[in-house]
Amino acid sequence: MVRFIENELSSLRDEVVQMWNLVYSQLQRAKTAVINLDRKAAQQIAVRERRVDAFDLKIDSDVEDYIALYTPVAVDLRFVLAMLKINTDLERIGDYADGIARFVGDVEVDAIDAALLKDLQLEEMFGIVFDMMEGLQHAFVTENVEEAFTALAQDDMLDKMNRAATTALVEYARKNPDDVALCLALGGVVRKLERTGDHMTNIAEEIIFYVDAKVLKHAEKMRTREQGDDVEV
Amino acid sequence: MKIEVKDIDFYYGSFHALKNISMGIEQNKVVAFIGPSGCGKSTFLRLFNRMNDLIPDTRLTGQILIDGKDVYAPKVEVDVLRKEIGMVFQRPNPFPMSIFENVAYGLRVNGVKDKVFIAQRVEETLRGAALWDEVKDKLKASAYALSGGQQQRLCIARAMAVSPSVLLMDEPASALDPISTAKVEELIRELRKELTIIIVTHNMQQAARVSDKTAFFYMGEMVEYDDTKVIFTHPRKTETQNYITGRFG
Repeated sequence: MVRFIENELSSLRDEVVQMWNLVYSQLQRAKTAVINLDRKAAQQIAVRERRVDAFDLKIDSDVEDYIALYTPVAVDLRFVLAMLKINTDLERIGDYADGIARFVGDVEVDAIDAALLKDLQLEEMFGIVFDMMEGLQHAFVTENVEEAFTALAQDDMLDKMNRAATTALVEYARKNPDDVALCLALGGVVRKLERTGDHMTNIAEEIIFYVDAKVLKHAEKMRTREQGDDVEV
Repeated sequence: MKIEVKDIDFYYGSFHALKNISMGIEQNKVVAFIGPSGCGKSTFLRLFNRMNDLIPDTRLTGQILIDGKDVYAPKVEVDVLRKEIGMVFQRPNPFPMSIFENVAYGLRVNGVKDKVFIAQRVEETLRGAALWDEVKDKLKASAYALSGGQQQRLCIARAMAVSPSVLLMDEPASALDPISTAKVEELIRELRKELTIIIVTHNMQQAARVSDKTAFFYMGEMVEYDDTKVIFTHPRKTETQNYITGRFG
């Protein structure tokens, strides 16, 4: 066993885990910010977003260095490619947390109608996102492909909740025309959580790719096309 | 199949150097043999043109067929076989004669006397080995005056002059600098159009760059043989993965 190669890969993995934790904490703050319209939490997210960006650049650069210096092949190559892509997905999730914080900063009401919040299932959506992030981080660290597959099913739940939330927002806006702007902005928050699920799905696929060399990307769409069904865009 | 290897076992005295190896090699393909030192890959390579014949106390069982003909059949003349199956070694080994004579040598020993034909063939072969432009004005100079990289390409040209259909290369670029290595690798890719090439290399990246298929050897066994892309992206055997990623042992 060549220790220096293991050490390099291990530190790259540690960096991605740190990035993961940072983005996770950003989303937790985003939840507090949006549910309670907590502007202080929103400000903290904006400040920490710079750290997310810095981490993103650092990981990109370290992956580039590793490829240039060690010319990895097989599982090592799949690993560093996966790190690059997982890093990009995490950075985008960090952006969504920042986007949610901006919503909180811009919104002109003091509180969101509790009934609307319940209909939107925002807390539940955040809960699923956190579950996915925790489960996938464990899958990532332990290279557990089964756990990664679980995340794929959880994303379907987020998609359904996103559709239900859109219906609820349309209904609410119809009854409360003065709150149309708020409804649109909340729709943006819901959409960001749904997109976070998509990025977590990408991460699950990357974990499966690097551990098992299986490419699941676009597999669902391809299956749908083969069956002659319409593809949801 | 250009080459078929069937159930090869080879022994140095009581040492079992190659164990039950079977493989097929298609025409106009480059196949790389990789593996740690002492794994048997060079021994295996040298079986294709019977280079191990003169080593005392060796024993071979199994068959190597080239174009369907058994290389070890009793009637095979080794000289004729080696005309068909050329070989290039780790260190450039030009003969102590001029550049021209080095390339013409194989033709002359095969009885070719037509000077015009020989001159034509020498030029063709040197062009084929991407060396002509560098040596055309000094064909009478000693081959030793060339750089290491040029000498190696001269040796490839020398092997090519007698129009072999298979070329065996035993770490052909291991003694060369990166630029000469790149030229030899480019040459291998070009020669593939005319030849079937088997190359033994310790350089993983070289195997990845030049070969169509790769065989990984360990302790006399061929552990895995597959498309080079498969071997270097998702090999099926753990031993292969450990070797190519440097985690061996």
